[in-house]
Parts: sequence; structure tokens; C-alpha cells
Amino acid sequence: MNECAVDRRTVIATGAVLAASLSLGSAPAGARASMDTRTTPLTRDITLSVNGTDHAIRVDTRMTLLDALRDKLGLTGSKKGCDQGQCGACTIHVEGERHLACLTLTVAVEGLHITTVEGLAEGESLHPMQQAFIDHDAFQCGYCTSGQIMSAIACVREGHAGSDEDIREYMSGNLCRCAAYPNIVAAVNQAKNEMERG
Amino acid sequence: MRPFAYERPTDAATAVALASVPASAHVTAPVQYKGGGTTLIDLMKLDVMQPTTVVDITAIDDEAMHRIVPSDEGLRIGSLVTMAKLHADPSVVRDYPLLTESLWQAASQQLRNMARLGGNVLQRTRCLYFRDTSYDQCNKRVPGSGCAALDGSNRGHAVLGTSDQCIALYPGDWAPALVALDARVEVLGRTGKRLIAFADLHRLPGTTPHIETSLSPGELITAFIVPGGPRRRSLYRKIRDRESYAFANASAAVAIELDGRTLRDVRIGLGGVATIPWRAHRAEGMLRGQELTEANARAAAEAEFGDARTREHNGYKVVLGKATMVRALLDAQAMEVPR
Ligand SMILES: Cc1cc2nc3c(=O)[nH]c(=O)nc-3n(C[C@H](O)[C@H](O)[C@H](O)COP(=O)(O)OP(=O)(O)OC[C@H]3O[C@@H](n4cnc5c(N)ncnc54)[C@H](O)[C@@H]3O)c2cc1C
Ligand code: SF4
Ligand code: FES
Ligand code: FES
Repeated sequence: MNECAVDRRTVIATGAVLAASLSLGSAPAGARASMDTRTTPLTRDITLSVNGTDHAIRVDTRMTLLDALRDKLGLTGSKKGCDQGQCGACTIHVEGERHLACLTLTVAVEGLHITTVEGLAEGESLHPMQQAFIDHDAFQCGYCTSGQIMSAIACVREGHAGSDEDIREYMSGNLCRCAAYPNIVAAVNQAKNEMERG
Repeated sequence: MRPFAYERPTDAATAVALASVPASAHVTAPVQYKGGGTTLIDLMKLDVMQPTTVVDITAIDDEAMHRIVPSDEGLRIGSLVTMAKLHADPSVVRDYPLLTESLWQAASQQLRNMARLGGNVLQRTRCLYFRDTSYDQCNKRVPGSGCAALDGSNRGHAVLGTSDQCIALYPGDWAPALVALDARVEVLGRTGKRLIAFADLHRLPGTTPHIETSLSPGELITAFIVPGGPRRRSLYRKIRDRESYAFANASAAVAIELDGRTLRDVRIGLGGVATIPWRAHRAEGMLRGQELTEANARAAAEAEFGDARTREHNGYKVVLGKATMVRALLDAQAMEVPR
């Protein structure tokens, strides 16, 4: 595991007190620290706009958007599958475009509008894509589902859901270990029609 | 990941000033540019890249770096254009199919929305010994340490342009198209702008696989210039382990011009088989002015791979590379080209 993951767990385990002390300059523990000449985390105070709400937070420059969403804002809908850009479980929208939160630096999205799966429903009524995933049983364990839904909404908006073939091609960045793929294609087709009707 | 300072300048000159620090190579410099970050942040997490400062170039407020415009010199593509934006541009789709097909078949839509074309051409090898620092031997990561891939797991490694020090594959899909079209790269350094041939951007590994490009530390790619064209009879063929979202096992970017069956012009770039974006000069030389037949295409492919050097697990790339090149040429011949 890389150092970032170790840091993240440490922060989760011991909470904000340690996070604050790290930001004040004490060196993080760990085998690599002794080899590294630069052990002092650099932090920034930023405003993060997520699902229409502004959050003033202090982040380490290294913190990915995925970790900030999950650990700083408690928005755990976005999942960490691979943390290397390979699985799509962390898909979110930045200015309406689908991006991977695990390869995005939090400091780099200051001032941009971010949408996560938590921001889709309006009150009690689900987004047509969420409803379609339920209607078509488009998941089993559900781990990939929030990423699939975020990706699918963008896929429709991009105009890349014209045929089953297109849907499969343009959804290929979202892996599903349970192989719910046929049902996902069916769900996207249903939601596409509703989204296009307005 | 190691701590780093983050800068987000709004003009190119400031970015270059921040990044122009002494270093042995562009890729190992302590100040690294970040476009989409899909190579950089990944490799920083793995501790393979260890910059002390990351200069985010996406906020640079220079129109020319964000746009695609036809010009007198050819098609000018800003280095901050995303992969997704270029493959969705209708005029580029029509006039340069190889430039757009090579992009939509690369990575995933999420990655293509993030990744910029400047970073795209500079993406690093996927060699697993390079990406995993628990292996001691990797001349590219630690110069002089040896190469674990030579006698290791080398199914994904190159057969063309290799050396005894490194057989790492250049993994990108877009660069073979650029090299086939004689593209040029516009580069901004501390002393001003210069143009280099795209073919001179990537260096063969030789004895110095850790020096990957001819860029000096701090040099910023600002644009790509694709001369000539349109190239409507052109395409990209990519063969991979699964149908989508995988790197190439072998690929070919071709652009041809026909007089009946005779090849007035032929350009071939190969991916998935070589250490750098590979221009198939030898094959082109044999085909130019000749009839395009399957037999001629096969003979040219045979010659192009004549010097291929295989290791234990990558012999299939010679067979697949040749077949992919032949198929790309014949498919281009069969294309219905809009007038
Ligand atoms: C899971 C996965 C699958 C992928 N599959 C494919 C695939 O099938 N085909 C394919 O071709 N690619 C594939 N890629 C690679 C992807 O295309 C590249 O990571 C991406 O294009 C890099 O662009 P970026 O803007 O994110 O670069 P960054 O990560 O921002 O930068 C990469 C490097 O280039 C330097 N740099 C960036 N911009 C400039 C500039 N303007 N001037 C000078 N230096 C600069 C940076 O300092 C850094 O060292 C895949 C990547 C992932 C993670
Ligand atoms: S092939 Fe190159 S990158 Fe891979 S281990 Fe050998 S030296 Fe390193
Ligand atoms: S967690 Fe981001 S792509 Fe897998
Ligand atoms: S539903 Fe289990 S991974 Fe997709």
C-alpha cells in the first residue's frame, strides 16, 4: 500500500485532532519518513463546492478529492475501488463532466462545481437513472453502483448512449465485479428516454 | 505520497519560470506540470514520481493552449485541449480520423475528460517493474540498477527500439498518429518558443532509459501542429485483451492517398510494439508508389519487423504487429471517403 493510504487510515482512526496536528507540521510516522527529506505536509484552506453547498476546509495538498469527500465531508457514496484510475467506482461530476475523484487533487478543484451521488435525488424523488438501476436490478453487491450511476448520467448527456454498443463502449471505464452489465445497459436505456423527455 | 507545494499560475511564462529548475531530465525534475494528473498523480501515489512542487497548468489563461484551429501551417491543437474534446470535434473527426479514433479508443471517458493532450504524449510506461518500487531493478526508475523485465514478466514489453538496458513499451495511442503525420511540437522554455519534430520528442532508451524525451527541465509543450491534410483516408486500428478500456497489444495509425490502387502517399505509425511512438519508415519506403495489395502490405510489414527483438513472453507482438499493420492499410483502402 502506498503512503497516502496509510495516512488516510491514520487520519480516520484518530480523527481530526491528528489531522490538525499534522497540518501544524509534525512529521507523519512511517518507514519512508526517514528516507524522505520532505516530511512536512503542506496545507491549504479552500472552499469546496459540493452538491450546491460550499464547505470551507483545510486540506493537505496531497489529499485526493475522493478522500476529501469521504473523510472530510462524510460523503461516502463515492467509493474507492482501486485508487489508481482503473475501476470507475469514484466517478463524480466536475462542472457536469464525469471525472475520477481518486486521481483528482482537492486543491485543484477549488471554485469548481462538484456533484456526487448524494446530490442527485430531489427530496424523496430519485433521479431517473437511480430509479432505472433499481427497476432493472442493475447491481448485486452495489459497490460499483454510485460510480456507474454518475457515469451513466454523463454518458446520456454527452450523447454517447445512442445504442447498446455505444453504451457499452462509453461505460467501459466502470468495472463491475458482479458483472451486472446487461442490466446496467437496460437501465441506461430506460433512464435515457426519461432524461430526454425532460 | 510525499508532501509537495501546489501552484496554479494563470499564465504560461509564470509556469515556465516556476518549473525551470536544474535537473537531469524533464521527467525527473523536482517541479512537474500537472495537466489532468492521470499519469502524474497515479505515479506520485506509487512513489515512482516524487516532485516537490506541482505546477497545475490547467488554469493557464492562454486561448491558444485550449483551442483547436486550422492555420496556414496546418491544424494547430493546443496542449491543454482534453482528449475528449478533440475526439468530439466534428471537423477533426471528418478530416483526421486517425487523430480522433486513436483517442476514443484510449482509456475511459472519465480519464479522457481529465487528461490533456500535452500530458497524453508524455504518459509513462506501464511496465510493472517501473510502477512498483518494491522491485530494486529498473534502469528507468533507478539508473544503473538493472532491468527486471528482461527475464521477468515481459508479455507487455516492446519488440522494436529496445536496448539491453530497457524494453519498456511506450503505451500511448495518440502519439503513433502524430508521428505518422510528421506533427511538430511547440515548446515554451525560459528563452522563448521553439518547434521540434514530434519524431524527435521521444528518445530511444539506449543506455539512458531514464531520459525519456528531448525536452529540457521546465519546458512546456504549448501546442501540436499537424501539417498538410486533410487526411480523410486515415484510421487507427487497435488490438487489445478486451474490447474496450485496455492498452494496445498492437496498433497502427495509417494515412494513405490513392491513385486507383497505387499509393501516392503512405504514412504508418505503430503503437503497442515499440519503446517510442514508432514510424514505420521501412515499410512506407517499400509501399510508396506501389500498388496496395495484401501481398505488398505483408512484405512491408515483414520488413518493418525484421529487426524485432523478442523476449520470453512477447513474441506474439511480432505476429500481431504485422497483422495489425496489414489490416489497417487494407481497411484504409476500403474506406468510403467523403469528398
Ligand atoms: C486506467 C488507465 C487507463 C489508460 N488507458 C490508456 C489507453 O488505453 N491509451 C492511452 O493512450 N492512454 C491510456 N491511459 C493514459 C492516459 O491517456 C494518460 O494518463 C493521460 O493522457 C495523461 O494526460 P494528463 O493530462 O493526465 O497528464 P499528467 O498526468 O498531468 O502529466 C503527465 C506528465 O507530463 C507532464 N506534462 C503534462 N503536461 C505537460 C505540458 N504541457 N508540457 C510539458 N510537460 C507536461 C507532467 O509533468 C507529467 O510528468 C490510461 C491511464 C489510466 C490511468
Ligand atoms: S523495461 Fe525499462 S521500465 Fe521496465 S524494468 Fe526494465 S528498465 Fe525498468
Ligand atoms: S477508485 Fe478511482 S478509478 Fe478506481
Ligand atoms: S454490483 Fe458488485 S461490483 Fe458492480
